[in-house]
Amino acid sequence: MPRLLGAVACGGVLGALARYGLGVVLPHGPWTILVVNVSGCFLIGVLAAATEAPVPRAFLGTGFLGGYTTFSTYVVDLQRFLADGRPAVALLYLFGTLLPALAAVFAGTALTRRVRR
Amino acid sequence: MTALLVALGAAVGAPLRYLAGRAFPGPRGTLLVNVVGSLLLGFLVGLPADGAVLAGLGTGFCGALTTYSTFSLDTLELVEKGARGKALLNVGVSLALGLTAAQAGLLLAALAG
Repeated sequence: MPRLLGAVACGGVLGALARYGLGVVLPHGPWTILVVNVSGCFLIGVLAAATEAPVPRAFLGTGFLGGYTTFSTYVVDLQRFLADGRPAVALLYLFGTLLPALAAVFAGTALTRRVRR
Repeated sequence: MTALLVALGAAVGAPLRYLAGRAFPGPRGTLLVNVVGSLLLGFLVGLPADGAVLAGLGTGFCGALTTYSTFSLDTLELVEKGARGKALLNVGVSLALGLTAAQAGLLLAALAG
C-alpha cells in the first residue's frame, strides 16, 4: 500500500507537470485542457487493456494520467463560458470534451485488445 | 517556481484521490474527488487567488485530485458490463454535481471576498 501510494504520488506529479507544460507551450485555456483530457482518456484505455499489474497501473494510470487529466478545470471553464453569456460555447465545450473522451477510452481499449490478441 | 508549486500540489492531490478510491471503490470515489476538487477550484478562481496559490492549489492540487481519465474509464466499464443506465447516470450526476460544486465555490468566494 505505501509503495502504491508512492507510485501514485510520483506519477501524479509528472502528469500534472505535463498538463502545466502543455499549457505553457500551447495557448493556456480550455481548448488545451480538452486536448489533455481526450489524449489522457485514450492512454488510460490503452493501459487498462494492456496490463493488470498493480504498480504500472498505479504509477501510469491513477498517478500520471489521473494527474494529467482534470475534471475541476473542465467544469470551472464550463461555468465561466456560462457566466460570460456564451451558452452555445459552453454546450460545445461540454459535449466536445465528453464525447471524444468516451470515444478515446473506447478506442484505446479496443486497439490494445486487438494488438494483444 | 510555478512548476514546483504545481508539483507540490499534485504530490498531495493524486495520493488523496487514490485513498478516496480505496475508501469508495468504483465510480463513487471518482465522483467524490471530482466534486470536491470542482468546489475548491471554483472557490479559488472566484476569490480570485493569486498566481502562486492558483498554481499550487488549483493547477497542482485540484488538477491532480480530480480526473477525467478515470471518470471516462469508469463509464466505459459500466457500458461493457451492460449497465448502460448506470453509465449514463454516472455521466449525468458527475456533470450536474461538478457544475453545481463549481458554482457553489464561486458563490462562497463572493461571500468570503
